[in-house]
Amino acid sequence: MSLRSPLGQAKGLGSAKEGLHHWWAQRVTAVALIPLTIWFAFKVAVLSMSDYKTVLECIGSPWSAALIVSLIVAAFYHAALGMQVIYEDYIGGKAVRIAAIMGTNLLLFLLAAASIIAVVRIAVGG
Amino acid sequence: MSSNNRPLSPHLDVYKLPLSALLSIVHRGTGAFLTLGTIVLVWWLMALAGGEESFNSAQQFMGSFFGRLILLGWSFALFFHLANGIRHLVWDAGYCFEKDEVEKTSYIVLATSVFLTLLVWVVAFLFTAGA
Repeated sequence: MSLRSPLGQAKGLGSAKEGLHHWWAQRVTAVALIPLTIWFAFKVAVLSMSDYKTVLECIGSPWSAALIVSLIVAAFYHAALGMQVIYEDYIGGKAVRIAAIMGTNLLLFLLAAASIIAVVRIAVGG
Repeated sequence: MSSNNRPLSPHLDVYKLPLSALLSIVHRGTGAFLTLGTIVLVWWLMALAGGEESFNSAQQFMGSFFGRLILLGWSFALFFHLANGIRHLVWDAGYCFEKDEVEKTSYIVLATSVFLTLLVWVVAFLFTAGA
C-alpha cells in the first residue's frame, strides 16, 4: 500500500490522453453541421412537392451528393457521441450502459451506411 | 444521519427552473429526438434510391397530416438544436456567461428556432404554389 495520497499519485501525470477526443469531435461535427443542415433543410423544403425525376436529379448531382454524404457522416457521428453522453449520465449499471452505447453505435453505423449507399446509388443512377 | 428535523436546502419541488435550464434539457431532448429522426432521413433516401414507385409512396406519406406533423416537430427540433448548439459553441469559446447574457441569448435561441422553422415551411409552401 502506498502512503502517497490519491492526489499526489495523480499529479503530474497529465490527462488521460484521450478524454478530449470525444469532446473535440463533437464540436468539429457540430461546426460542420451548421451550414450542412441549413442547406439540406431548405433544399428539401424547395423540393417538397417536386416530382420523382426532379428530386432525383437535384439530390444526385455531384456536389449535392457530396454534401449529403458529408452531412450523413457528420450527423451520425455527432448523434453517436451525443447519445453516448446521455447514456453515461442516466444509466447506472455498467453492463447496460456499455450495451446501450455499443448497440446505438452499431445501429447508427448501419443507418449511416444505408443512407450513403442510397445517395451513391442516386448519384450514379443505379 | 439520524436527525430528521434539520433544515433542508430548497428542494427541487420549490425550485423554479430558470429558462436557461429548461433550454438545456430541451437541447438534450431534441438531440435524442433528432437521433431517432434520422430514421426518417434514411427511409426517404432509401425510397428515392428505390425508384419512382417507392419515392411516390414516401412523398404521399410525408404530405399526409401525420407526415407533416412529424416533419414540423422534426424541423423545429433541428433548428432549436442548431441555434442552441451555436450558443454552446459561443460558451465553449468563453463568451456570454454573464447572467443577463445567458437570459438574452436564451430568447435569441428561441426566436431564431421559431423563425427558421416558419421560414422553411413558408419556402416549402411557396414552392408548392409555384410548381
